[in-house]
Amino acid sequence: MKALICIGHVPDTTSKIRFTDDNTQFDKTDIQYIVGPYEELGLTRLLELKAEIGSLHITAVNVGLPEADATLRKALAIGADDAIRVDADPKDAMFTAKQIAAVYKSGTYDIIVTGKESIDYNGGQMAGMVGELLDLPSVSGVSKITSDGSKATLERETDGGTETIEATFPIVISAGKGFAIEPKIPNMRGIMQARRKKLTVIPAVEQAEKTKTSKHYLPEAKAACKLVAPDNINELVRLLHEEAKAI
Amino acid sequence: MSVLVYTENWNGAFKKSAFELASYAKATAALLNSSAIAVTVGKLADGELEKLANYGIEKMITIDEAAFSGFSAQAYGATVAKVAIAQNAEVVIFGNNPTGEAIAPRVAVRLDAGLATGAMQLPTNAPFTVRKRAYSGKAFADFVIESAVKVITLTQNSFKLIEQPVAISEENFDAEIPANAGAVKVTDLVKASEKLSVNDAEILVSAGRGLKGPENWGMIEEMADILGGTTCCSRPVSDLDWRPHSEHVGQTGKVVAPNLYIAVGISGAIQHLAGVNSSKVIVVINTDADAPFFEAADYGIVGDAFDVVPKLNEALKAFKANS
Repeated sequence: MKALICIGHVPDTTSKIRFTDDNTQFDKTDIQYIVGPYEELGLTRLLELKAEIGSLHITAVNVGLPEADATLRKALAIGADDAIRVDADPKDAMFTAKQIAAVYKSGTYDIIVTGKESIDYNGGQMAGMVGELLDLPSVSGVSKITSDGSKATLERETDGGTETIEATFPIVISAGKGFAIEPKIPNMRGIMQARRKKLTVIPAVEQAEKTKTSKHYLPEAKAACKLVAPDNINELVRLLHEEAKAI
Repeated sequence: MSVLVYTENWNGAFKKSAFELASYAKATAALLNSSAIAVTVGKLADGELEKLANYGIEKMITIDEAAFSGFSAQAYGATVAKVAIAQNAEVVIFGNNPTGEAIAPRVAVRLDAGLATGAMQLPTNAPFTVRKRAYSGKAFADFVIESAVKVITLTQNSFKLIEQPVAISEENFDAEIPANAGAVKVTDLVKASEKLSVNDAEILVSAGRGLKGPENWGMIEEMADILGGTTCCSRPVSDLDWRPHSEHVGQTGKVVAPNLYIAVGISGAIQHLAGVNSSKVIVVINTDADAPFFEAADYGIVGDAFDVVPKLNEALKAFKANS
């Protein structure tokens, strides 16, 4: 069985976000890049499935510039078998989805796993778009997966409750919270092995952009917090009602 | 031309989020000089159609639920895309919720459309620009959609309800089921509790590790009950299984925008703040006066939750009794 896991190259979750060039560009100064947290869960669970099923080849794929190689090496250190980087600036979701679809077609994969959403532009578009481009079923926000290698049982949280889904391969899924319990942290052996694993760089296929980011904004700074003394609780209730009109 | 909005119904009835989506669709239609049309899967209960008409929806397209064997992103996406083409839609709108997340990207591919997820306000036209959340709530970004057809998902609680009654017509539409849609089958649904969900609530009472253990959540639930809100929590609390994952609010949990967010015993790590900074009013209760959450708060009490919360509950109860 073969799996393709899409790895996002995103700012560390603790990053302070800033912009440059009149707020048109993300300021990369002092930013540490990581494997997207949802992709990390996806990869971790695939490695568990590999042990459970016995045979699962895991290819990590990223659409990005050479700077993303370090993030792909991290995925290899966690345990992916090999990696592919599509050499392009991933400006737009449709462009990126087209690249993943092309990689899928160049191999024989049974399952494509993406993160539920990237933590930079929070698109959450990849699984659905790749599924539609390849005419494959997609299940997004999967919180649990078990498989015997021939089919998979998935769980997905919806506003109506928790769905259990029986799926056959090939399929596209996006990993949400719960997909794996704790992300796997690479050990020294994994980091050493990652250096020798294959990372192939391939050119992008053509796809016009449909969306463009024109400007960024930071949340407006809040006025200073009004402190209320613990023995003056009624004052807080009054402020919430009369001033904030929140209750 | 038209603006098409996907409105989910629950056993035939709409929730407030559908009215928010209808208001948003109508305002977008007004911007483009066109009309707002809604699409829903499943038969509506009596009177529900008129409820949507109250927010400016002129036509309802109803699709028979029996044609689908449970939810399938592929089949729902194919069907909604077909409706969009039949209705000559230039904008298709979904809620930024699990259903919208599943269908919208597939519809965008079918319509060769650009997609902006997590819109925070009404688009502006020429160029068609959507302001959306970015960096998981730490920032916002303006997305210009350059394709002829545009697809948007709207962040819940970010647009106000605007009543403007119109006459509404209803049309049935056949489901479009792709040949391989059967590869995915919903075999079971464990219904969510009747409790108000984190995304639907306008008031959230949230608590963190400062509460010391799951047995101490009674007073948090009590406050949520008094205020007609619901409870949520920080990431460590859901990781420790003190509370369900569905209550986790933050960068890798739910990103919320309630009218009032009360945080008890949460220090305010940057990942948690990212998930709540669109809240209209934030109240922080923490023993540590230096907790970073106070910088993001409108009102604060430096004090012990076990002392402050019961007193606050009594004060809120008295306030509710007199109002």
